[in-house]
Amino acid sequence: MTALRYVYAVCRPFDTPLQAQLTGVSGDPPRLLAHGDLVAVVSRVPEADFNEEALHDHLEDLDWLTGTARAHQQVVDALTAVTTPLPLRLATVFRDDSGVRLMLEERAEAFGCTLDRLDGRVEWGMKVYVEGPEQAAEPARPEPKPASGRDYLRQRRRQSRADDDLWSRAEEFATDLHRTLSDRADDARLHAPQNPRLSGAAGRNVLNAAYLVRRDASEEFVERVDRTKDDAPGIRVELTGPWAAYSFAGEEEKNAGEGS
Amino acid sequence: MTVVERREIALVDLLDRLLAGGVVITGDVTLRIADVDLVRIDLNALISSVNRNVPSPFGDRCE
Repeated sequence: MTALRYVYAVCRPFDTPLQAQLTGVSGDPPRLLAHGDLVAVVSRVPEADFNEEALHDHLEDLDWLTGTARAHQQVVDALTAVTTPLPLRLATVFRDDSGVRLMLEERAEAFGCTLDRLDGRVEWGMKVYVEGPEQAAEPARPEPKPASGRDYLRQRRRQSRADDDLWSRAEEFATDLHRTLSDRADDARLHAPQNPRLSGAAGRNVLNAAYLVRRDASEEFVERVDRTKDDAPGIRVELTGPWAAYSFAGEEEKNAGEGS
Repeated sequence: MTVVERREIALVDLLDRLLAGGVVITGDVTLRIADVDLVRIDLNALISSVNRNVPSPFGDRCE
């Protein structure tokens, strides 16, 4: 069966060997393909699964997508342990090694600039959630059953004021925290807030941000986020990372995807 | 919280990055399909249908 080349990331050459048992997408261990002063991290994938048509179908299959995304991430994670990889978008596939070399050749300068910018840095993800009114720390008085239309409207107004209050506090909290963290980061990006049905997370995601932080400044960065966690009732902060700098790998096209 | 739910939370964070981040390479040398971004939209529908029995935590506050 014909094998295509799946590329995970581009790096500067590095000496530390990758974990021996590391496997990539489709089970083939990733190897390094050097060209000039760049290295592509590549594994073989079956053509039958990764040609355009098959890929299009597979990407709609949640189990396949999950397995592939995790395998991709596992390789990029292993690279993050030994160097600063420039990760590629999921499912970047080439016909053969010479296609990969050609790509490295054509983009050598841009890759070099980006790798210099990311060198020694990792990405941290931070999300702010507003918890549902029933989860907020404020005592939830059970409302009596409205006796009349006027009672009902009064209750609705009261509820709506409580919600508005929580929302404006959340907005202020998220804005302050984002400013504080941006000051401690080399760069920041906003992702679209996550759909609670997609994430399964409780509450409403009001801020979904990524920060590019030097490794040696990461401990302090994480502590800074930890300190805010108990500051605000009804508001929850979640930190993920360290990630390879996925959100900072592209050019300014990233701004198109920004939420608010 | 079950293990499955934990996984799904992490999957969303992963897809935020793997489907929206990373270097995009287009051109003759790559076989990457042009519109991986579109997958995200279908995926929303797919996961929503998987989780249809889970009510939105925010209920009907926007009704």
